Amino acid sequence: MSELNGMNRPSKVRAPRVNDETKGFWAATGDGKLLVKHCNSCGENHFYPRTFCPFCFSDDTEYLETAGRGTIYTYSVMRRTKEPWAIAYVTLDEGPTMMTNLIDCDFDKLEIGQAVKVAFIDTGEGTAVPFFAPA
Amino acid sequence: MSIRGKAFIAGVYEHPLREATGKTVPQLHAEVAKGALEDAGLTKDDIDAYYCAGDVPGLGPLNQAEYMGLNVTQFDSTEVGGSSYVAHVNHAAQAIAMGHCKVALITLAGRPRADAKENYRTRPGGGPPADYAFEAPFRPVVTNMYGMAAMRHMHEYGTTSEQLAWVKVAASHHAQYNEHAMLRNVVTVEDVLNSPMISDPLHRLDCCVMSDGGGAVIVVAPEIAAQLKRPTVKVLGAGEAIKHLNGGKVDLTYSGARWSGPKAFEEAGVTQADIKYASIYDSFTITVVETLEDLGFCAKGEGGKFVADGNLISGVGKLPFNTDGGGLCNNHPTDRGGITKVIEAVRQVRGEAHPKVQVPNCDIALAHGTGGLLGSRMGSATLILGGADA
Repeated sequence: MSELNGMNRPSKVRAPRVNDETKGFWAATGDGKLLVKHCNSCGENHFYPRTFCPFCFSDDTEYLETAGRGTIYTYSVMRRTKEPWAIAYVTLDEGPTMMTNLIDCDFDKLEIGQAVKVAFIDTGEGTAVPFFAPA
Repeated sequence: MSIRGKAFIAGVYEHPLREATGKTVPQLHAEVAKGALEDAGLTKDDIDAYYCAGDVPGLGPLNQAEYMGLNVTQFDSTEVGGSSYVAHVNHAAQAIAMGHCKVALITLAGRPRADAKENYRTRPGGGPPADYAFEAPFRPVVTNMYGMAAMRHMHEYGTTSEQLAWVKVAASHHAQYNEHAMLRNVVTVEDVLNSPMISDPLHRLDCCVMSDGGGAVIVVAPEIAAQLKRPTVKVLGAGEAIKHLNGGKVDLTYSGARWSGPKAFEEAGVTQADIKYASIYDSFTITVVETLEDLGFCAKGEGGKFVADGNLISGVGKLPFNTDGGGLCNNHPTDRGGITKVIEAVRQVRGEAHPKVQVPNCDIALAHGTGGLLGSRMGSATLILGGADA
């Protein structure tokens, strides 16, 4: 058994600093929904969410609810610490790739391309942080 | 050469708000950018240079360029308070006059009144950059951000830990001759692989040292150079670029050197085959592998094979690199070693590197810096230097 098995779900996460541009995203996390931004002008989805589409610079953007599913684009397990953690980029089925941590998993069995699903951890302040776990 | 008549101001926009409640600082910068673009009749994709000062949150122009989706190969974040933006016009005009860019964007924006009313935690730079809340919870640190790039490079191209280790091995062969180097012991591939895993797949010896110290460089006009007794080194060409996460279209297998390199080679009028020595920013072994590919010393994905078997060791391989021992063995002052890359390239062109690592007839050398994170957003800068006859 790997020493990294077992509980790698953070017991507590700090509430994100929400601002006027991202409050819609964070409010949805409290309801267990993972959103990306969709551009009505060029049709592209982007992440992290912003008012302006980073592809065509239109401000005609709106939130799009994702299925909360994707695949691991890459990851790295921090080993030189008492409580290792796995940082990763996950490519959502809706297109954008986002940074996260992989939890509820055996760090030694992670693979690029592996299917994962969002696993929100509540901050206790009406928001939740989107971690991911094997699907 | 002067800027007179070489550059024009084509668009301007003044934000109408005097209290920007409900808007973020990055958003305000984007709004004024959009306004100036519309005034000029240009689009975002026409912009190839970005100038900003300390009111932009984040690391220089990196985070704001990402927010706006700018792909720029010229930038400047000179911070001198309210005079910054006037200086930026001058710097942009100089760059345009020199042909380094064609459309430069300069922005200023902020919301101190709204911040005060809404009790936001304010600080110079307008608080954290827009990406912060979407990354900080996941504890990105330097090692795991480079680790993720290495993992993806291995996945796509079959790059191995043994190949990465060769970068460190070469640096250590050079460092043994540098009396100031932090790590002077020659190491083997096995030593690297047997060193503790820090953040997959990077071992301790894949990581640069942490050191104090620093460096300085003096650049002079040709007529001054001609009067000096020390051998002077000619600046032949330069390129710079910002690379970021591109709205979620993430690709960690290349760096901004993909854009800064070709600009430097074009201006210098030389090719990769002309480079006798290269200082390559080596925060981690993977940084060197990706950068060498992006600079065109080998094909994309072939960097692992290129660095293997001592190909970067002076007197042994085809491309001697970091003959001072680099960041991996010599130093990485204040966690940013770019200036030491220039310094060792100057030593090589002057013929003043340690005799054991001096490249014979080193008439053309390259120095490349990487700043920020290979795993998210970075600045890349390439410089090509030459001797008196270059």
